[in-house]
Amino acid sequence: MAVLVVADVHGNAIDDSTHKTVTAAAAIGGDIDILVAGENCGDAAAAAAKISGVRKVLHADDAAYAHRLAEPFADLIVKLAGDYDAILKAAATTGKNVMPRVAALLDVMQISEIVSVEAPDTFTRPIYAGNAMQTVKSSDAKKVITVRATSFAAAGEDGSASVETVAAAGDPGLSEFVEENLTKSDRPELTGAKIVVSGGRGLGSGEKFEEVILPLADKLGAGVGASRAAVDAGYVPNDYQVGQTGKVVAPELYIAIGISGAIQHLAGMKDSKVIVAINKDEEAPIFQVADYGLVADLFKAVPELTDAL
Amino acid sequence: MKVLVPVKRVIDYNVKVRVKSDQSGVDLANVKMSMNPFDEIAVEEAIRLKEAGTAEEIVAVSIGPEKAQDQIRQALAMGADRGILIKTDETVEPLGVAKLLQKVVEEESPELVILGKQAIDDDSNQTGQMLAALLGWSQGTFASEIKKDDGKLSVTREIDGGLQTIKINMPAVVTTDLRLNEPRYASLPNIMKAKKKPLDVKEVGDYGVDIAPRLEVVKVTEPPKREAGVKVADVAELIDKLKNEAGVI
Ligand SMILES: Cc1cc2nc3c(=O)[nH]c(=O)nc-3n(C[C@H](O)[C@H](O)[C@H](O)COP(=O)(O)OP(=O)(O)OC[C@H]3O[C@@H](n4cnc5c(N)ncnc54)[C@H](O)[C@@H]3O)c2cc1C
Ligand SMILES: Nc1ncnc2c1ncn2[C@@H]1O[C@H](COP(=O)(O)O)[C@@H](O)[C@H]1O
Repeated sequence: MAVLVVADVHGNAIDDSTHKTVTAAAAIGGDIDILVAGENCGDAAAAAAKISGVRKVLHADDAAYAHRLAEPFADLIVKLAGDYDAILKAAATTGKNVMPRVAALLDVMQISEIVSVEAPDTFTRPIYAGNAMQTVKSSDAKKVITVRATSFAAAGEDGSASVETVAAAGDPGLSEFVEENLTKSDRPELTGAKIVVSGGRGLGSGEKFEEVILPLADKLGAGVGASRAAVDAGYVPNDYQVGQTGKVVAPELYIAIGISGAIQHLAGMKDSKVIVAINKDEEAPIFQVADYGLVADLFKAVPELTDAL
Repeated sequence: MKVLVPVKRVIDYNVKVRVKSDQSGVDLANVKMSMNPFDEIAVEEAIRLKEAGTAEEIVAVSIGPEKAQDQIRQALAMGADRGILIKTDETVEPLGVAKLLQKVVEEESPELVILGKQAIDDDSNQTGQMLAALLGWSQGTFASEIKKDDGKLSVTREIDGGLQTIKINMPAVVTTDLRLNEPRYASLPNIMKAKKKPLDVKEVGDYGVDIAPRLEVVKVTEPPKREAGVKVADVAELIDKLKNEAGVI
């Protein structure tokens, strides 16, 4: 058995989700190799070689992989697929974009966003926004899998795998990169943060979001999230969205402020260790999942909380 | 150009699903079914392309039970021109759906296929990417803006860190994210008119593709339940609990 983990590379670094995906690969069993594809990403490949339990790192360095475009990236993975029984990538936006393309090219039914490995061919994944858990057994010879990183612990970093250069697979020229507008922030990245403070429609405006939520987040060293309603209303950029169709987070502490707790929102945060809800409506569904609920006007309670910390 | 829009009949997003006690699946008896919300956005986008003079014809296609005609009719009432139902009472996995859609594309020769990014029942987020792969087409997934521009399509995509804009060759597959547009409601006169628009009903067998499932559902279970905790009286008590009981700050 051999498993290929496709790393999440940003610039010249790998995301922690790669370490978590390695843990999922280890649960399947067999030798684990990591593919690091990017442009000038030698440091990322060296970092991947340190991840515990990895046999070797495949390093593909080419301009075609600089922006993680689906078509050339999928072709590269397919070219390498022959040697592997399973191919895994974290279910972040790149994995969601590229892996189904890989699966179809290999004539395999992808298993999306697994949260546990029951057996080398059997996996559990959430469906219906996490209101049900489905366990599926795959009959495909090769498994193509995306992994919900928050459900797996990060592999350690005491490895010293070899790094092997692999040739690029060419660029079919179907798409080109134009630009990226990334949200700049000094705060911890949402999916990796130990504490997340999220705001909802209850904030009422972008100014209030900034005035009320950000100081609390900064006091706690927290990442900042939001409900879809807050994103749709333009209070914050889209990549703040937590939920079924946004990001999935599982921090030590999640503080939901002015968020009602729709199932689509809960889908993205209910695996947090401790949940706090601050909402003026004592009937708000968020209180059904909150360890600590405070029924209060957020404009009063949150600044008070920030000051008291 | 012609635009193809696949629409899926799914449980309405407001319904709280219940897992069946025999663990065979979720209870779909007597629950409200609707068009997948992302597919409404796809239909809306196609209509806007038509209104802008970029698209000439919109074909809505669904793979599902007889009743999926309701969702096709909804697309027609919103403004699609005709519908195709590929009838089956079996569950068809995204790979199978993509293979059927590939056949429809070969027959219809659209220049653009717009799908939802994700069906809210299986939460797979695969079909569009798979269809693009099978056709050898470019893909613009999780789109929050699309613009036709010199024979290419400029697609702004919602990605983890923010937004990415790419330019893709036509023909292309696009999948919709939530902020692409706000779908319209169908007016009553349009609902009446939609009843007269053509809707072809086909059988899965007509397409001669192997859509046998690759995944066997072993069981479907309830997610771990989270117990509601306590209400605290004020900010001071909240801080005390977080420090001394939960130990998280
Ligand atoms: C296909 C689909 C996918 C979706 N995906 C997501 C997703 O990924 N993430 C997501 O979040 N949503 C998602 N949604 C939307 C979801 O259904 C809800 O509409 C959304 O989560 C509501 O956001 P909210 O709680 O901020 O707003 P509301 O439901 O309007 O709640 C606002 C809350 O603020 C409280 N409040 C108001 N003023 C104050 C005050 N002064 N002090 C204290 N409390 C106050 C109110 O009591 C209320 O509970 C999706 C919906 C669909 C159809
Ligand atoms: N049975 C189906 N009939 C029509 N379209 C479908 C079907 N299944 C999936 N789709 C399309 O593919 C998208 C993504 O679905 P999925 O890959 O299942 O999450 C949906 O939003 C639809 O546009």
